[in-house]
Amino acid sequence: MNESTPATAAPLARLIDELYKLPGIGPKSAQRLAYYLLRMPAAEARALASAIVEVKERVTFCSICQNVTEVDPCRICMDGERDRSIICVVEEPLDILAIERTQSYRGMHHVLHGAISPIDGIGPEDLKVSELLQRLRSGEVREIILATNPNLEGEATAMYLTRLLRPLGVLITRLARGLPVGGDLEYADDLTLKRALEGRQEIES
Amino acid sequence: MSAPRMYKTEAVILRQRRLGEADRILCIYTPAYGKMDVKARGVRKTTSRMSGHLQPLTRCMLQLAQGHVNDVVAGCETLESFQPLRENLDRLSRGLYAAELIDRFAPERMHSFPTYRLFVETLRRLAEAEDLDQTLRFFEMRLLDQCGFRPELEACSGCGSRLEALDNSFAPISGGAVCHVCAGGIAGARVLSLNGLKVLRLLQHGSYNDAMRVRIEGPLAREVETHLRSFIVSVLERDVNAAAFIERLRREGARHAVEA
Repeated sequence: MNESTPATAAPLARLIDELYKLPGIGPKSAQRLAYYLLRMPAAEARALASAIVEVKERVTFCSICQNVTEVDPCRICMDGERDRSIICVVEEPLDILAIERTQSYRGMHHVLHGAISPIDGIGPEDLKVSELLQRLRSGEVREIILATNPNLEGEATAMYLTRLLRPLGVLITRLARGLPVGGDLEYADDLTLKRALEGRQEIES
Repeated sequence: MSAPRMYKTEAVILRQRRLGEADRILCIYTPAYGKMDVKARGVRKTTSRMSGHLQPLTRCMLQLAQGHVNDVVAGCETLESFQPLRENLDRLSRGLYAAELIDRFAPERMHSFPTYRLFVETLRRLAEAEDLDQTLRFFEMRLLDQCGFRPELEACSGCGSRLEALDNSFAPISGGAVCHVCAGGIAGARVLSLNGLKVLRLLQHGSYNDAMRVRIEGPLAREVETHLRSFIVSVLERDVNAAAFIERLRREGARHAVEA
C-alpha cells in the first residue's frame, strides 16, 4: 500500500503497511487502527506487541491432533479420560472450541487446517490428511466424525475423506444437517429442508 | 447495462470468499450482467436465511441493491440446486471445473446469454450424465467457441493448407491443428491422431446428443482431453486449478480399483 506522505511519520507509515496485510483490513481501517494504537497508553501497546511475539514464539501445532497449542501434545490429547476411539475431524482450530463449548463430546479431535477447494487450488495435499491417516494406523480408532462445515467446500472435504477412509474399515459419521435453532422454515433452502426431513426424530414423551 | 438501484437477476454462484466477521463476497454469473462480485451480509451465521441459497453451483434468483463497491444481496431464492452434483465427488469436481472456466473466461459486467445457458445446461448434464468427462469436453469446446477462441480444426493453423486424413499435430500456440510439415517448427506441438481430430471436430460441430452418442474412452479420450486442456491453458496463460483435483481423484480411483 504505502501511501506515506511527508505528513505521515515513517514508523506510523510502516505500522499502517503492516496492519493492511491483515485479512479484512482495508487501507482506511489500517490507518484508523494505527492512529488508535498511537494514542494507546504505552503499557497497553507493549502488552499487545509482546502478545503477538509470544504467540509466534510459543504456540505450535500439536503433533497428534494438529490443534494450536503451547505444549506438545496438547492438553486434549494428553487427557487420559477422553475416548481415544473417536476422532472428530474439523476444518479449523476454532471449530474445536465450538465443539468443546457444547460439553457433550469427550472424544479426540483432528484439525485439517482448511477444506478442499478445487477452484482455489486447495487440494487434500494442502490439508492435514496424511496425519489423520497416520493416526488411524494404530487400530485404536473405531469412529471418525466428519465435522467439516456444511458448505460446498466442507461437503467436498467430507466426501473425499469418506472415499479415502472407507477401505480402512472405521465407522464414518457426519454431523447432522438441518434447520438451525432460531431459523424460519419458510426461508429454508430445498437441500437443508430435505436433510432436516431425512433426519427427523421421534419425540420422546 | 447499468443496473437500477434495486434489481433482480437470475444467477449461478461461481465461488465465494470470506469477508469480515460473517459476510461473504460471492462471484456470480448472470445472463444480463455477466460475471460480477456481490456482497452477502451475515451469511456465515448459522441462522442466516440466505446462506443455503447462496452456495456455489446453485442457480438462484437474487434481489440486489447497488452498493459503493459491490452490490449487496437483499434477497434470494433457489431455482435449481443441482443436487446430484453435491452428493458425488466426481460430479462435484467437474462442476467446479466448469465454474472455474466460466470465472476465467467470462468478462465482468458484460451480458452473456448463450454462455450462461451453456453453463446451466452443463451443470444439469453433469448432474445426470454417465460420461462426465465427455460432457466437460463438449462444454470446453463450446465455451472456447463462444468466447472467440475457436480452435482451427479444418485447415493447418500454420500454413492454411487443408489437413490430410492422417495423423497431424495440435499446437495451441498456433491456434489449433497443424500439418506434419509445419509441426516441426512450432513449440509445444503434439501428435493429433486422425481419430482425435474427428472427435474434436464432432465436439465443435455436433450437438450435445451427437457428441454423446459416440463413446470415447481410454487413450483417445485422454488425447482429446490433453489437447483441449493445453489449448485452454495457452489461452488463459495459466493452469486450471480444478483440473489437478480431477486428476487426483482419477489416480486414486484407479489405485483403489487395483487394490480391490
